[in-house]
Amino acid sequence: MSETTTYKVIGTRPIRHDGLDKVTGRAIYGADVQLPGLVHGRILRSPYAHARIRGIDVSRALALPGVLAVATSDDFPDPGDRIAELGEGAINVKHLSSNCLARGKVLYHGHAVAAVAATSPHIAEEALKLIRVEYEPLPGVVDVLAAMQPGAPLLHDDLRTDELGKKADQPSNVAKHIQFKLGDPEAGFRQAAVVIEREFRTATVHQGYIEPHNATAQWNADGSVTIWCSTQGAFTVRAQVGELLRLPVSRIKVVPMEIGGGFGGKIRVYLEPVAVVLSRKAGRPVKIVMSRADVFQGTGPTPGSYIRVKMGADATGRLTAAQAYLAYEAGAFPGSPVGPGAMCIFACYDIPNVLIDGYDVVVNKPATSAYRAPGATNAAFAAETVVDEICERLGIDPLDFRLKNGAKEGTRRADGPVCPRIGMIETVEAAKRHPHYHTPLTGPNRGRGVASGFWFNCGLKSSATASINADGTVNLVEGSTDIGGTRTSVAMQLAEALGIRAEDVRPVVGDTESVGYTDVTGGSRVTFATGWAAYEAAQDLKRQLIDRAARIWQTTPDDVSYTDGVLQRRSRPEQRFTFKELAAKLHETGGTIVGRASVDPAGCGGAYATHIVDVEVDPETGKVTILRYTAVQDVGRAIHPSYVEGQIQGGTVQGIGWGLTEEYLYNDKGEMLNASFLDYRLPTSLDLPMIEPVMVEVPNPGHPYGVRGVGEVPIVPPPAALANAIYRAVGVRLRQLPMTPGRIVAALAAKSG
Amino acid sequence: MTKKAHVQATVNGQPVEFLCEPRQSLLEVLRDELRLTGTKEGCNNGNCGACNVLLDGRLVNSCCVLGVEVEGCQITTIEGIASPQGLHPLQQKFLEHAALQCGICTPGFIVAAKALLDRHPRPTEYQVRHWLAGNLCRCTGYDKIIRAVLDAAGVAASG
Repeated sequence: MSETTTYKVIGTRPIRHDGLDKVTGRAIYGADVQLPGLVHGRILRSPYAHARIRGIDVSRALALPGVLAVATSDDFPDPGDRIAELGEGAINVKHLSSNCLARGKVLYHGHAVAAVAATSPHIAEEALKLIRVEYEPLPGVVDVLAAMQPGAPLLHDDLRTDELGKKADQPSNVAKHIQFKLGDPEAGFRQAAVVIEREFRTATVHQGYIEPHNATAQWNADGSVTIWCSTQGAFTVRAQVGELLRLPVSRIKVVPMEIGGGFGGKIRVYLEPVAVVLSRKAGRPVKIVMSRADVFQGTGPTPGSYIRVKMGADATGRLTAAQAYLAYEAGAFPGSPVGPGAMCIFACYDIPNVLIDGYDVVVNKPATSAYRAPGATNAAFAAETVVDEICERLGIDPLDFRLKNGAKEGTRRADGPVCPRIGMIETVEAAKRHPHYHTPLTGPNRGRGVASGFWFNCGLKSSATASINADGTVNLVEGSTDIGGTRTSVAMQLAEALGIRAEDVRPVVGDTESVGYTDVTGGSRVTFATGWAAYEAAQDLKRQLIDRAARIWQTTPDDVSYTDGVLQRRSRPEQRFTFKELAAKLHETGGTIVGRASVDPAGCGGAYATHIVDVEVDPETGKVTILRYTAVQDVGRAIHPSYVEGQIQGGTVQGIGWGLTEEYLYNDKGEMLNASFLDYRLPTSLDLPMIEPVMVEVPNPGHPYGVRGVGEVPIVPPPAALANAIYRAVGVRLRQLPMTPGRIVAALAAKSG
Repeated sequence: MTKKAHVQATVNGQPVEFLCEPRQSLLEVLRDELRLTGTKEGCNNGNCGACNVLLDGRLVNSCCVLGVEVEGCQITTIEGIASPQGLHPLQQKFLEHAALQCGICTPGFIVAAKALLDRHPRPTEYQVRHWLAGNLCRCTGYDKIIRAVLDAAGVAASG
């Protein structure tokens, strides 16, 4: 497709298909599920950050009237020592099982220990208080650097460092050390006229979806089970529950309900297998809904981190070398996103000599989950702040610096891949052209910052089927949970391909028995890959429509054209059907037509973003006010521009929260102190200005419509852009997230003192 | 278990009666007893606004009101915002502006915004932001929500 292709549906802004249900309260989310005989489950959580479980006595809880079942990890099959491929990378089944209900030890404050099913949620809560757990408290560690020290309390006796592919002899909290190297970093630094090296810390933050996790399970007498839940991927829930409970996937049906946000945090199962076990024991369907405190203490978050970055540039402002050391908190079990963090940290730049070391470290915090561009935001905060210092030292405009050094087609990333056609430079050019960058920022304590960011995006597997209705509409069944309007962005690609209106497609998200295997809604992949499946299903429909028209006209298929929703006989152009006309004839000419597709596309395009922010800092209180925000992003091709803008705005604001206010607070016992929306502070409408999204369209050559994923990269630049703006406003560089008023006041005091 | 209380109230213009335990919140009663699940639970302690309803015309977090307290009260939930003739302008503008993504906070925002417009039919952007600061949205960054509310009020958005 060339950049001048004109589309009829793509690029328009139809009202989303599920919109009516969602503005009237009719949409059914996981917690809204009601079933005959439904009972309620609740989870008992550890009060300790680290303790051995000496025993659990559930007898008093079971004796409480209204209690139907109690479950502990003893009710799960022995997980053995297996690694399973469960839809988003390999997962250690023992770790996953132990996270659902602790085995032998609790590893964080809030770790699930036992579960109760009762006739009301209140009785279930009362029963939790009657469960006696005998703990032997152990010393814990919640800080990544402390956990790496020799002699630190060990979370897992059997965890030995995977040191660049080789297992170490001694147990350690360092699960893995990875390294990427390009060129000759030492020589590169020798060529540099300016070298800046800095240390950074970022806090643990939560995805913060407004809908708590939930799961409802109905165990059936024939040994099958149905699960209703809010998940980013019904098929991965099926696979995880199958592995944990040793059930064949064909015995598990997962019905994805509407989902109230996920951002990566609703991929791993927490409640689903527990609800299944409780339902089996209680003989009733069981619904478990987390409290907000459960969500903070038991799910998410994304890792806190320590990062050291060193970058060098020659006198002309050309980057010569870069080095990074990243240590990420995995939480209780290995698996932090230090890998993607390490791959992303310098990915915005073309640097000939690079060395990156990444460490995955377990600490006594909740097991970390994916969060929107996992690992990249921490890394960008560090690298983009150092880039800003280099620009300042060399007296180069930060956007000019990015034009000079930005990654482009042919740039080799330190982790190996050579960039295909990408839009990093285009985002910088658009930022530079934007009136925001040219509007003088006057007044005391005000400053403007910029930062860029990168995220890979991914493809993975998607399926779709499409059936033509006699009234000329199409029912589209796809398998991707719709978290932000993807029913519509997928349906629009089918409509474009068929030459019909978006409103004439009725998209439905199927359960695991109604649609072919589809991977999770994650990696910014749905509009790209599930959209591609819809496109292919449309091609399948078109082929069959052409065959049908040929049969009606008693000619051969190659004598029939299909353009803009009109079938026409080439040899006798007066013979033509619109899509609607032929749809009305299908029943009498051989039956309806069903198109289908299953795709696993390569060719997903990486996403780049460059953000500009103006802030005003109150030097007395340290409060940062955001005056103006412009977020430029290469979106490939915006299928539904309103929802692309929404992704950019929403991701940006999550990045702002990460930068300024959000953090898990712990006391010295490793107890989380702020597990509520009052004390863990998400940005509110009053904290923000309008967020101006600027969509640059560099179509992805790897997709029929040029789609790149758009959802994740906008969270990456904001903390660094804010740090750079704060520096220009008041002259202090903040290298620890979040940049709270207290830290800003302290930095200002240190500067003047 | 404490004895359940018998409560009569008006919900979305219809008289209702229900039995509830003294410890059950209005949110629980709406969702579990009256099956009006459009009102959502995000935090259950008054910090997110997902459970907003109008109680005698006043905006409240229904998780912070007890079911037994609403005897004789008029309650409007998200299910009562549209009329049989069609959507409320706020609902229509939320759709047109793409002011929702996952949609879990949307009922609370629409109820809260209605309470605002009932009081201030032509609010400023600041008034909208201030009024809606009790409603958390994690998906949209609020931009399109603010625009939708201003548009529903017939006020042009800044920038």
